[in-house]
Amino acid sequence: MVEPILKVEHLRIEFDTRRGILVAVDDVSFDILPGEVFGIVGESGAGKSLTGQSIIGLLEPPGRIGAGEIYLKGRRIDQLPYHQMRRIRGKKIGMIFQDPLTSLNPLYTIGKQLTETILTHTEMRPDEARRHATDLLDEVGIPAAGKRIDHYPHQFSGGMRQRVVIALALCVKPSLIIADEPTTALDVSIQAQIIALLKRLCAEHDTAVILITHDMGVIAEISDRVAVMYAGRLVEVGNVRDVVKNPKHPYSLGLMGSIPSLHHQAEELTQIEGAMPRLMEIPPGCPFNPRCPHAFDRCRRQRPDLLDTEPTRAACWLYDHEEKHGQ
Amino acid sequence: MKSVVRIQNSLHRFFDGDIWYSFKKSKVTIIAACVTAVFMLAAIAAPLIAPHTPFDPATLDLMDASTPPAWYEDGTAKFLLGTDDQGRDIFSTILYGSRISIFVGFASMVLAMTIGITLGLISGYIGGAVEAVIMRIADVQISFPAILTAMLIYGVAFSLLPNERHEDLVVWVLVLAIGLSNWVNFARTVRGSTLVEKNKEYVQAARVIGRRPTTIMFRHILPNVMGPVLVIATIGLAIAILTEATLSFLGVGVPPTKPSLGTLIRIGQDFLFAGEWWIVIFPGIALASLVLAVNLLGDWMRDALNPKLR
Amino acid sequence: MIALIIRRIFQSFIVMLTVALVAFTLFRYVGDPVSQMVGQETSIADMERMREELGLNDPVIVQFARFAWNTLQGKFGISYRLGRPVNELFVERLPATLELSLIAALFSIVVGIPMGVYTGLYPDRVLSKVFQAISLIGISLPTFLIGILLILYFGVILGWLPTFGRGEVVQLGWWSTGLLTVSGLKAIIMPAFTLGMFQLTLIMRLVRSEMMEVLRTDYIKFARARGLTNRAVNFGHALKNTLVPVITITGLQIGSIIAFAIITETVFQWPGMGLLFLQAIQFADIPVMSTYLILIAFFFVVINLIVDILYHVVDPRLRFDKAVAAG
Repeated sequence: MVEPILKVEHLRIEFDTRRGILVAVDDVSFDILPGEVFGIVGESGAGKSLTGQSIIGLLEPPGRIGAGEIYLKGRRIDQLPYHQMRRIRGKKIGMIFQDPLTSLNPLYTIGKQLTETILTHTEMRPDEARRHATDLLDEVGIPAAGKRIDHYPHQFSGGMRQRVVIALALCVKPSLIIADEPTTALDVSIQAQIIALLKRLCAEHDTAVILITHDMGVIAEISDRVAVMYAGRLVEVGNVRDVVKNPKHPYSLGLMGSIPSLHHQAEELTQIEGAMPRLMEIPPGCPFNPRCPHAFDRCRRQRPDLLDTEPTRAACWLYDHEEKHGQ
Repeated sequence: MKSVVRIQNSLHRFFDGDIWYSFKKSKVTIIAACVTAVFMLAAIAAPLIAPHTPFDPATLDLMDASTPPAWYEDGTAKFLLGTDDQGRDIFSTILYGSRISIFVGFASMVLAMTIGITLGLISGYIGGAVEAVIMRIADVQISFPAILTAMLIYGVAFSLLPNERHEDLVVWVLVLAIGLSNWVNFARTVRGSTLVEKNKEYVQAARVIGRRPTTIMFRHILPNVMGPVLVIATIGLAIAILTEATLSFLGVGVPPTKPSLGTLIRIGQDFLFAGEWWIVIFPGIALASLVLAVNLLGDWMRDALNPKLR
Repeated sequence: MIALIIRRIFQSFIVMLTVALVAFTLFRYVGDPVSQMVGQETSIADMERMREELGLNDPVIVQFARFAWNTLQGKFGISYRLGRPVNELFVERLPATLELSLIAALFSIVVGIPMGVYTGLYPDRVLSKVFQAISLIGISLPTFLIGILLILYFGVILGWLPTFGRGEVVQLGWWSTGLLTVSGLKAIIMPAFTLGMFQLTLIMRLVRSEMMEVLRTDYIKFARARGLTNRAVNFGHALKNTLVPVITITGLQIGSIIAFAIITETVFQWPGMGLLFLQAIQFADIPVMSTYLILIAFFFVVINLIVDILYHVVDPRLRFDKAVAAG
């Protein structure tokens, strides 16, 4: 058994608002194995980004971690003071954001932004750092890297900028990258290239990736495993093939059914009635129960944990074996 | 009956909403609002509550001149805050003076708002050459400090008016001068909002129905751009009051016969060295408190109405 | 870049022309120049002759051209109030105003920017709240009141600083400076503080709000996510991005300081241009009024031009053409 490099256990993220404490992420647990690509998929507002931010310690107030633990290679990191967490950021855990244009400081050359990061975390000399940066730009596919290292962000196109961002995130070789909607802001034609690049680089450097997105197609492309989030809960986890081909949770079922496929005919795309509840309106029991075609009494009363539903795990009472007899 | 119910509903919605909540939560803003209200009321009610009538020369007695405030040994309870060199009771003069200051401030702000909103709506909605001309003028004007523009208008107006009419018209000239120098912010903001609203569906719908452009501008678009306008209006009120005080202090505002707060301070400065500080300090405190209160209100309003911070 | 400069110079020229037109209209048509210049007993015939001699009956275009030409040569006419050539008056008074304005501007920048940075970075600390309170008072207390209070305390009560005037001045060519004598330095302290106070408040608020905006951007988040030190993030990235717009706006403010000097000069009886202008307004001394207008407009236009060019030099986004590389 390989030791996971990241363990998230019973993570709970809360917000203090004038209407009371709002729970945005509720009892989420998962492990990340070294080098794997782990997708977290769900609608906007499901809590995916918050989960990612809390792992790297960039959760913004009034949000805070209310409960749970996060372990990086066995070391607990969710309660580290700022200056210790800073050393982990970039070096052990990296993060890339959605919009490559706003992710780069417009007043500095990309070379400066690269070398600055390298020099912060390593003992290299400035000229070594610059050479390393140029090699990185080459690796991510920036042509004429030697010249373009002295260019400013606005001199690059969107796709090129995201490559620069990826280079920045990988430059001191973290073992885990959190990618929060890395392709959403890009043209469809570029998305595939960036995704392929991400996959290749992470495989080469043995870097694990947490890929946060609402785009199931992207997940299906490169993830090894995937977790489906709904209203701040994990509703299903498993290998990507299993979850896509044979989803067990009614929500995952609806999600997979709504993806148009080139491979077989479908009469119409599945639509799930209703909408994901807002944070202050989450119903008791299973959060999906108002929209679920299979909901029964227990679903409205009691919240399910992830149950074993070979080959995946799903949080749904339909799969509680004792219950099955009673049905 | 229906309109009463509608008003009740609007009031309910208002008091339930975020804005009232944020107002209640900020003690500072509540105090500021109270102070402003007190000033406004006191100024309006000046003839009723002032112990003396400092603007009526018949009631003044030079023997009373330069009396210190009541808590000094040569002060008297009759003149609570002392008197100036003409024998005018400082407290009453502050009341009457605030009246002038607030009136000029308010009227000029309304003038600036009217001009600014109208020009803003027109340039935003009609666009083209009209917009270009209006915005050019705005650009040139805003690169000069408003005080200078106000002083210029004042100077020109008075060169054109006969000397005898100066005193009666001074307040109106000031309203005109300050109003004309402060319209640009209103115009720019309203133009920006108009450009955004212009493309929205309710405007397209009104056009399709065949509404006249003026109707569309004033009855449809205007209510939707009032938010930022209110913020600018409040801060503009503070600026207008300050501008009037400054102009009066400089001697190009309200004359000493019927002084505003600024004029009083001007008079008082000469007596500082004689140790008669009350002629400067009390009007100064009054002016500063009023402007501070209005500024705080404006600050709160800007934060409360800012969609980005909600 | 060159094209830009030429375009801006051309625009400035148009502005100056407009201002000259306004000044000319004032000069010629507000009040009657001739009756201002002569005594009560001058006959109508004599006044008519003067009008001819002065060219007041020529076509408007000719008069304006003459006016413009005279202005360029520095011939601004004769003051109605003082009977002396206007340009002499201004040469005498200009140094006083400029020295005062420059010291005040320096003061507001050197103190205002650090205050703004501090309150932007640490908005919840006690010192920040103190600074905020000071800024509120600075905006609400009219400049003249601040001046008077200073005079009252430091001049009348404590007797440390002179309550009016410029102190001893040293003549350097046509420039007179008060900065080389002790009494001159003492005399400039309160006026410079008074004049600079309002600007300081504006700068502080501006820097604070820019700083807070910048700290919320994605590139700052990304910089933190890369594990850059607090110092690098706050002062390397945030500060630089904050100062770029601030420096340009501040430059523009210098022009308005020169105009606001009117108030300070009145309070402290400082023998500058502002006081001259004020007295001109009170006496309807049109030549002085219109000259002041033209001079101020000139300063503004030159400052605007410099600031504009500076902005283009400092912000790389405006400097380079967008070189777009393929996807």
